Amino acid sequence: MIYNEEFETLPREALEALQIKRLQQVVNRVYHTVGFYRKSFDKAGVSPDDIRSLDDLKRLPFTVKQDLRDNYPFGLFTVPMTNIVRVHASSGTTGKPTVVGYTKRDIDTWAELMARAFAAAGLTKNDIIHNAYGYGLFTGGLGAHYGAERLGASVIPMSGGSTKKQILLLQDFGPTAICCTPSYLMFLADAGKEMGVDMKSLKLRVGILGAEPWSERMREQIEAELDISALDIYGLSEIMGPGVAMECIEGRNGLHVFEDHFLVEVINPETGEVLPYGEKGELVFTTLTKEAFPLIRYRTKDISRLMPQICKCGRTFVRMERVSGRSDDMLIIRGVNVFPSQIESVLMDIEGLEPHYQLIVEREGSMDTLEVQVEVSEKVFSDEIRELQNLEKRITKDIKDYLGVTSKVKLVEPKTLQRFEGKAQRVIDKRQI
Amino acid sequence: MKLEQISIFLENKPGGLSSVTKALRDANINIRALSLADTSDFGILRLIVDNVSKAKEVLNASGFAVGRTNVVAVEVPDKPGGLHGILDALTEEGVNVEYMYAFVERSGENAVIIFRFDATDSAIEILQRKGFNVLSGEKVYGL
Repeated sequence: MIYNEEFETLPREALEALQIKRLQQVVNRVYHTVGFYRKSFDKAGVSPDDIRSLDDLKRLPFTVKQDLRDNYPFGLFTVPMTNIVRVHASSGTTGKPTVVGYTKRDIDTWAELMARAFAAAGLTKNDIIHNAYGYGLFTGGLGAHYGAERLGASVIPMSGGSTKKQILLLQDFGPTAICCTPSYLMFLADAGKEMGVDMKSLKLRVGILGAEPWSERMREQIEAELDISALDIYGLSEIMGPGVAMECIEGRNGLHVFEDHFLVEVINPETGEVLPYGEKGELVFTTLTKEAFPLIRYRTKDISRLMPQICKCGRTFVRMERVSGRSDDMLIIRGVNVFPSQIESVLMDIEGLEPHYQLIVEREGSMDTLEVQVEVSEKVFSDEIRELQNLEKRITKDIKDYLGVTSKVKLVEPKTLQRFEGKAQRVIDKRQI
Repeated sequence: MKLEQISIFLENKPGGLSSVTKALRDANINIRALSLADTSDFGILRLIVDNVSKAKEVLNASGFAVGRTNVVAVEVPDKPGGLHGILDALTEEGVNVEYMYAFVERSGENAVIIFRFDATDSAIEILQRKGFNVLSGEKVYGL
């Protein structure tokens, strides 16, 4: 099922003609409205007039997450706040989130892209969509919600949490599709079984799953346990939210990037060199139509490769392989983005703690667990158990408050964690995804 | 009339305790009394030793986090009701005991109770006023 046949099946030449026209417009607009871009283009010795073909894209400088932080909160918006109808934000270092803004037309575009994604999963207005992505600052909940309404489907705005109610509504409301992270769906499947529910007998037909890395093995497991098709959706709040790319139910092999709205490149994360189709590297996106918060050559740190082969679904858009990892040390724990440096700054804010810590990530059943090992220095040591337990509780609470992720703190003896010369390896990720 | 106790942070893992006792043996330090408080993940070993400074020094050198705390040693007759008499006196005055442990003197006639109070000085004053035998540091280290 193709939601927007005209654009999603454009012949490549027509698509590229549209892309260059839109690229020139957005490059001109950011250069003339955002000081950051003017400076970075000038520094790179490139002007908007130099962008004559799509091949010239690589002359433009990259934008990175730090640029968003430097211009916090609204510095990269190209329109006045009066034209912004919504903001979203993702977790950032010690409480400073990454902020994104949308005009009315941006929300409209996003809704269409999510509607396209649902259609690619085989959904129509006759479907009932159980949306278990979190509603709020996170883009997942509202992004999927608007897309479901655009499609004309019935949407259940369930959000995350309340496991028993999730299971109840899955049984009683009879949704035919569910949106959430793959690990959360596995968690729900286990929880349902424990409650004595036959999860295969639900009316669910398809899962639109994303916001964290997963694997073909997990897909097989989800499909077997729930008797559904499990499809991969990709997005990131900086670029739009969910709905940047979507796997089609016909092909089930890679995600179609909605190329009439986003240009995608894969680069060598070390050198920044653009890699040819088929080679693995870091995904880089340029937004072509976003009004409020366009991004030029935004480095996602997500590792993937592009597959140009024509897909049997009829879409002409290039496909990206399921994201296989990160080019930085970001962890995704139960759908929450966590950088080790964020944990470090939480620890450093606690008087007497030393910057020696280790993060152990595991998956117990379907749930990720994060253990934070911290060395006990003499400054924080006490001869009373209660004091040390209070320290553990405080660290757990601060991490939860700043990063939104639950952790278990383990105090260890001084000088027992490995010391590093050069780049520290703070993370031991034992998850078999 | 206070005495110093050293405390050591120990992870709950094999060999933790023995590396403490080894460091003390190698430095010829004698343990007078000890108690181990533990949770599922870690423990705190509390020791009365005959040489506090040297014990801290050698344990630090072995990589341990070592604390020094003032505690109070009280001598009681080693017979039924001995401990209760002390606690009764403290309760009357509203003194809170954080933790305590005990050992029996070599003679076998008296027990020594080590107390950690939240208000050490006033606890000592109360105990002495009520006629209990609060032992000096030198006395306990040399027992």
